[in-house]
Amino acid sequence: MPSYESLKQAADERWRLLTDGPIPWVRVGAAMCGHSAGAYDVIAALRAELDRRGIDANIDEVGCLGICYAEPLADVLLPGAKSRLFFGNVDAADVGAIADYIANGAEPRGRALGWLGDEPIAGVEDLNRLPGISAQRRIALRNAGHVAPSDIHQYIANGGYAGIHKALTQMQPDDVIKEVSDSGLRGRGGAAFPTGVKWSFMVRSPGPPKYMLCNCEEGDPGAYNDKGILESDPHTLLEGLMIGGYATRATNGIVFIRHGHDGPIDRTEQAIRQAYEAGVLGENIFGSDFSFDIEVALTGESYVAGEETALMEAIEGKRSQPRYRPPFPAAFGVWGYPSTINNVKTYSYTPEIISRGAEWFSSIGVNRSTGTAIICLTGNVEYPGLYEVPMGVTLGEVVNDIGGGVPNGKRLKLLQTGGPLGGVLGADSMAIHIDFDEMRDAGAILGSGGIIVGDEDVCAVDLTRILVAFCQFESCGKCFPCRLGMEHLLEITERIASCESRPGDLDLMRSVGTTMEASSLCGHGQLGFGPIRSALTHFESDFLAHIEERRCPTGSCLGPRIAPKNTRPYAHDFVPTGAQNG
Amino acid sequence: MAAISEAERERLLEAINNQRRPTVTVLSSLLAAQDELGYVPDEAIEEVAALNDTTINEVWGVASFYTNFRFTPPGKHSVEVCWGPTCHLKGASRILRRLMDQLGLDDEGETADGSISFKFNTCLGACSVAPVMSVNHRLSGRLTPEAACERVADLTDASH
Repeated sequence: MPSYESLKQAADERWRLLTDGPIPWVRVGAAMCGHSAGAYDVIAALRAELDRRGIDANIDEVGCLGICYAEPLADVLLPGAKSRLFFGNVDAADVGAIADYIANGAEPRGRALGWLGDEPIAGVEDLNRLPGISAQRRIALRNAGHVAPSDIHQYIANGGYAGIHKALTQMQPDDVIKEVSDSGLRGRGGAAFPTGVKWSFMVRSPGPPKYMLCNCEEGDPGAYNDKGILESDPHTLLEGLMIGGYATRATNGIVFIRHGHDGPIDRTEQAIRQAYEAGVLGENIFGSDFSFDIEVALTGESYVAGEETALMEAIEGKRSQPRYRPPFPAAFGVWGYPSTINNVKTYSYTPEIISRGAEWFSSIGVNRSTGTAIICLTGNVEYPGLYEVPMGVTLGEVVNDIGGGVPNGKRLKLLQTGGPLGGVLGADSMAIHIDFDEMRDAGAILGSGGIIVGDEDVCAVDLTRILVAFCQFESCGKCFPCRLGMEHLLEITERIASCESRPGDLDLMRSVGTTMEASSLCGHGQLGFGPIRSALTHFESDFLAHIEERRCPTGSCLGPRIAPKNTRPYAHDFVPTGAQNG
Repeated sequence: MAAISEAERERLLEAINNQRRPTVTVLSSLLAAQDELGYVPDEAIEEVAALNDTTINEVWGVASFYTNFRFTPPGKHSVEVCWGPTCHLKGASRILRRLMDQLGLDDEGETADGSISFKFNTCLGACSVAPVMSVNHRLSGRLTPEAACERVADLTDASH
């Protein structure tokens, strides 16, 4: 098995060839945002153009730089250059300009978005003038958009696997847990539970085997930061899983991803293969007595599969329905073995926490929310994107400074945060800090980091109806308060949206909602009334307009109303064909 | 339902017996079957039960739970449109309405000529470029109803 030092040396050599070699290095953003914006067409066109001109270049697909609004993004590092030249919203015409710049360093005549690096490029502005770049503080996403996720060497050259190497050579497992505890890291999946404490639960559980599970179900509409990390820099997750595995004396890691999200799945599986080939995963890692394996498990489409015990059921191949607790996962997890589960983002911080220390991490952020928040900013906002910002910035800074505010001269009306089970906030929320506890106290959790911006044309009833429709569609059906409660809540919300409410409907919703909160088995039902409650708190007038005046103030409830009904109950008659049944 | 052909059964067995991922379960086997055949025929339910040493009821319970499984052969092309909150705010319902009118559909399902399978998706994961659709698993974002209809019209033109 190669030593860390020899791996690092080979990786550095490879990095030098890319950044200071004889041919240009072109990087194209091809995470889901780039993909959707046409990155693969850009890559094909660029390859064809460079072939036509007989120019040799390294072309890599990279992840998301954060400024999704400028996708497809492509950048060029010329041989000997100290800075990368970025092109945003690349179309067919830009491909020619990019090729011109590659061929002879020709000034891109206003087509370039900016330069990034150590020295200015003539005729081009600094990319750091964009708040979407300069206001970010990237830890989990430190490599996203910079290194090719398909190349382990690029990760190692940028300090990758130094964290697990340090842990294995200089720290005892308990030191790792102490470091993570001291850093103040809290779970980024939504519950914000202290990660070090969670890890300590499993230390004394019997094993082997013991499992570290990574949750990338990420069915939240409006959130894509977990998938963003896996697509942009999958090795940082693998390293984080290994660090967690070492700290808790686990033997196996499982990365759990939703079937159909091919980009994140392919990137992660490729990274795992490369990590085994490089000797970073497997037996006696870096010559230590720590051995660890990682595999990918897929779930079918089911939002509740992101609940920790439902996730274990799905890994076991069953319906993803939550289990009763206790016993808790640290004692009885997947296949009955001790298991610890964290979100992709949570794991992805730990390599830097180990490399740079707890004190460094906890110096970023505010109060009991240390480090950064990874925000998916979407909706009616000028610059939607994937922004990693220090905890403690205000919602106003995110929405107005980074996001550029609401476009088309419209007025900001609401923010929907924390996923479909989160809540809404009004335009008066701009001074609220991004902080787990402050957001929760304001009635709108940070959750997994999604912030959906709604302008004055958005009707709070219409948005609530979509959220409730989602929660009803995704109810797993195991416990009746959620199964029936969501059905009732949707029925009533639809009635209100259609201006056909009945007397007492609001009270009925509150009664159903509080019953769900008190008696549902998992967070889906317990939090399922949240979107309605917070919409009623902040936008009661929208509801009253539908109920008392029989009108939708913005007209958005009058639009076509399309959402699937829950299809989980058995829609198909199964008739055995006579084959042998095991 | 018509039985699958011998060739299809061979592909099915090959797919579930030689799965790429190390942990084989009922769910992983069903996903492998659907990836191979495009749907889960009754034969697949039975073969997956045999492979995992469980009952067809258990397998059917799993297959009917996850909304990505389908039990009839899909159309030649797949079209999925997101209806999640971000896409909704950015006009997804108008896109859905226009596309369904163009396809002659009132709901999810196959077009009359069987060429296109149309599905609502709760989140395609590219909310920053909403509204989003997926055509044969290629994503496209920042859609207008016109652009979405054109993309789907291109499919039907190409298949005739």
